[in-house]
Amino acid sequence: MKFSRQGNSTVVFPVMPVVRSSACVVGPMEGKGPLREGFDLIHEDTLAGRTSWEKAESLMLRQSLDIALAKAGLDETQIDFLLAGDLLNQIISANFMAREFDVPFIGLYGACSTMAEGLIIASMLVAGGFARNAALAVSSHHDTAERQYRYPTEFAYMRTPTSQWTVTAACSTVIGVMGNGPWIEAVTAGRVQDNGVTDANDMGSAMAPAFADTVWRHLQDLSREPGDYDLILSGDLGKIGCRLARELLRKKGVDIEDRHRDAGLLIYEDRPEIGAGGSGCACSAAVFSAMVVPSMRRGELKRVLFVATGALHSPTTCQQGESIPSIAHAVSLVWRNEEVKS
Amino acid sequence: MPRANTREKEAYRKLSIKASPPRPILRNAVVAFLVGGAICLVGQIVLGWVSSTGIGRVQALSRTQTIMVFLGAFFTGLGLYDKLGGVAGMGAAIPITGFANSIVSPAMEFKREGFILGVSARMFQVAGPVIVYSFIASLLVSSAVLILTK
Repeated sequence: MKFSRQGNSTVVFPVMPVVRSSACVVGPMEGKGPLREGFDLIHEDTLAGRTSWEKAESLMLRQSLDIALAKAGLDETQIDFLLAGDLLNQIISANFMAREFDVPFIGLYGACSTMAEGLIIASMLVAGGFARNAALAVSSHHDTAERQYRYPTEFAYMRTPTSQWTVTAACSTVIGVMGNGPWIEAVTAGRVQDNGVTDANDMGSAMAPAFADTVWRHLQDLSREPGDYDLILSGDLGKIGCRLARELLRKKGVDIEDRHRDAGLLIYEDRPEIGAGGSGCACSAAVFSAMVVPSMRRGELKRVLFVATGALHSPTTCQQGESIPSIAHAVSLVWRNEEVKS
Repeated sequence: MPRANTREKEAYRKLSIKASPPRPILRNAVVAFLVGGAICLVGQIVLGWVSSTGIGRVQALSRTQTIMVFLGAFFTGLGLYDKLGGVAGMGAAIPITGFANSIVSPAMEFKREGFILGVSARMFQVAGPVIVYSFIASLLVSSAVLILTK
């Protein structure tokens, strides 16, 4: 058997899976942000007309998937796998969304890295010939995440400058064998890293080593330099995490400064309540859908390294004094002008 | 990249502190002082107004507390008290209005999970520790007073 691997941990696709479509449904705050033009549906309130935030999050997931399928001109009978994940316990938003689709379902949890985790699995399913099309949907919701991970939303407390603001959005994408592009050329799954950060309000510091590790291994495996990418997009490192990640990579002799942007810093205007930046599964996913895919289709970006990062902690482990394990998954996307015929 | 050892973790901790913005302690303290003071001023005005009706001091104090708890709960219900807390921190948390907020906010939050396992079970999620330790502290202080003044 011939393996499509290069280096220690990178999968390189001989036939590249295609991003057929992507869609993003967001809440009001994101809808007022700098990327508002790229979103497919903006809800005026965080309940999205539902009776609870959990129901709203699940609804937004379904809406984003409906839009992504419509954009790709597909119906659910043409989807062989549905992959989805979110931040809540038992990934309820994803599970409750999936009960409305008659498609084999694989639930994912990778904290805020779920979008890249899903892209890795979906692209391998398609490239391996196991699926004609694989749909991926991820979501996060500020209010559902706050009440699970922190305090009741109306509780009066001061957020630390290192804390991040969970993005309220749901994003879906369809990966297949033909379509508009961009194409997924290679993926590097991350290793769980833990540099001993215990502050759950400082996830950027916790995740930076995972990001640096994955980017470094990806570049090593493919014998590339940061300059080979037009954009290296991290998921939600925030201001502090970005500084640390760049510093860690600089120590390894890799300078990503001029190529690196962070989705957490692109999604909102810089405001005090945002803290160090946006976060959540939908943070990287929203920037992927609203910025990366459209920019690549316009030919402005030829090659993008999409690296979503996740802090794999829970309130229980933090209260027990455990440090925060983190992960980062890398997906290399390319744009080429001709459409691939199957 | 090999996994971080203890020495590298320590180096990383220092790097992380260096990369983090310093907390604006002075600004926070001034704002907390002003907001906390303003809330107490409101309390003082209420006390003056209640006392002027001619009821006794003990009665006046407990009525003032009731009114301040109501105000804290009311502004939590309007969705304003958490915004005040976001700016003023402990200035909003320490007065009795903050205590009201700490009970009303989880009660509001968990209403969707029902009145028994939601509202009433979660109501003291934040305030519970305050109640437990203030009870212990009052026991210790009153014991000390009892022994010393005997």
